[in-house]
Amino acid sequence: MSTIVYVEPGGQRTTIEVEPGANVMRTAVGHGVAGIVAECGGAAMCATCHVYVEDGADLLPPLGEVEDEMLESALAERLSNSRLSCQLNVTSNIDVLVVRVADQQS
Amino acid sequence: MSQVSFEEIGKQKPGHTPRGVPVVAFDPYSDEVMSNPYPYYQELREAGPLVWMQRYGTYAVGSYSSVVRVLTDHASFCSSAGVGLTNFHTETPWRKPSIILEVDPPDHSRTRKVFSRILSPRSLNKLRERFEQEAEAIVSRVVAKGVCDGVKDLAEAYPLKVFADAVGLPPDGREHLLPYGDMVFNAFGPQNDRFRECLARLGPSIEWINEVCQRKNLREDSFGAELYAAADAGEITHEEAGMLVRTMLSAGLDTTIFTIGNALACFARNPDQWAIVRDNPAIARQAIEEVLRYDSTFHSFYRTATRPVTLEGMQIEKNQKILVFVASANRDTSHWAGADTFDVHRKPAANVAFGTGIHGCAGQMIARLEAEIVLKALAAQVERIELLGAPELHFNNTVRGYASLPLRFVAKQDKGD
Repeated sequence: MSTIVYVEPGGQRTTIEVEPGANVMRTAVGHGVAGIVAECGGAAMCATCHVYVEDGADLLPPLGEVEDEMLESALAERLSNSRLSCQLNVTSNIDVLVVRVADQQS
Repeated sequence: MSQVSFEEIGKQKPGHTPRGVPVVAFDPYSDEVMSNPYPYYQELREAGPLVWMQRYGTYAVGSYSSVVRVLTDHASFCSSAGVGLTNFHTETPWRKPSIILEVDPPDHSRTRKVFSRILSPRSLNKLRERFEQEAEAIVSRVVAKGVCDGVKDLAEAYPLKVFADAVGLPPDGREHLLPYGDMVFNAFGPQNDRFRECLARLGPSIEWINEVCQRKNLREDSFGAELYAAADAGEITHEEAGMLVRTMLSAGLDTTIFTIGNALACFARNPDQWAIVRDNPAIARQAIEEVLRYDSTFHSFYRTATRPVTLEGMQIEKNQKILVFVASANRDTSHWAGADTFDVHRKPAANVAFGTGIHGCAGQMIARLEAEIVLKALAAQVERIELLGAPELHFNNTVRGYASLPLRFVAKQDKGD
């Protein structure tokens, strides 16, 4: 099992234990993490599941070309640790992944 | 009545029924099923998360979790063998395969990236104002008419104006766009009577489409021009730019038209839900999402196993087609509470009306934008939407919508009355 910690704009932390392969966006939607809008439902088309990866980034897959393009549409500021959570799956080698949810999504 | 016989489907004749996989006998492409597919989808989901479609000799998934599983594992379930019943690895497609829809990574990423940029929310923001003005004008016309065909006068008229303008098409001849889209979506099913009749009607439309996809015929400052600019920049070839214009035209019209028509039907049948949107237009975008979940435009398409793969505990052989019922996943009661109720207060996050994963619809944000703007324009002017007679379905192998919707738009009373 791995752990995803979502830090919402108001500071609220939601900690969820997940099975290997769990998707960071889907897990958030399934647990009512309100800051993740995910309008396109995981197609990297809407940039409304924008997160900043605070811990665990080095074990994630690199930024994809399409994800890179779509992050340009993110409403909140794009930082070096910006990712679209729909593109992130938690592999078994990740113990804890901490993501800060962007304060503006749509 | 069934549309297809075993003789007609030829190469798609069923092979062996895999042991242990529940068998489903209904024909998803028959008029009978298409008239009201939802009880059949329930039967499919109750049979199991993975079933065997006896009639066509393919696997199928209809539950939310199994649909998401297939669509998010593009390495095991590919699109390059075609997203229809025809297996491009063993049969000849009716047209040259799409270089974005019917292709796998890494080739897919190259074309998808260009589409993602052109159709991204940031790019679309520039269109909003013009789209709103057109919606207000078209809605004013149908409200003034009172009685109208919701399909011809609104659901078709609006995308044929704003989307075709955005792609950069000339104003004349746009009627050719609809038979072409109809053909593309029929071709994702079996080569049945519906497919053959559609192909026979197509003649001049293909020539028109090929003509308008050329650079010289596309307006400056349009999606088409941007695709050719991407070719100038070396991201894609010039031939590919033309093919991607074609993709936009085949994918972007019929679908949005059906979505707007389905929305009109949903609100005409559920006046209480219309009252909610009318009184609170801010909910329009979420309401469109609920239309897409409740009465999905796309019903089903295929993936193909790239290797022997285990799905829902069953072993699937390489090259097997899997029919993916997204419209069934959107009605899965194990995922959606009250799945068969149309409820605009629902937040249908991560519904799969536009698919999901790397091949999730690239045009979904412009589709949402068009539908949301039409709904808001209606909310501003229309008190009630009344259904004056039975809506006429448009039968297509893959997408579902209406051919006509006899409606009356009852105008809001003028302020001060």
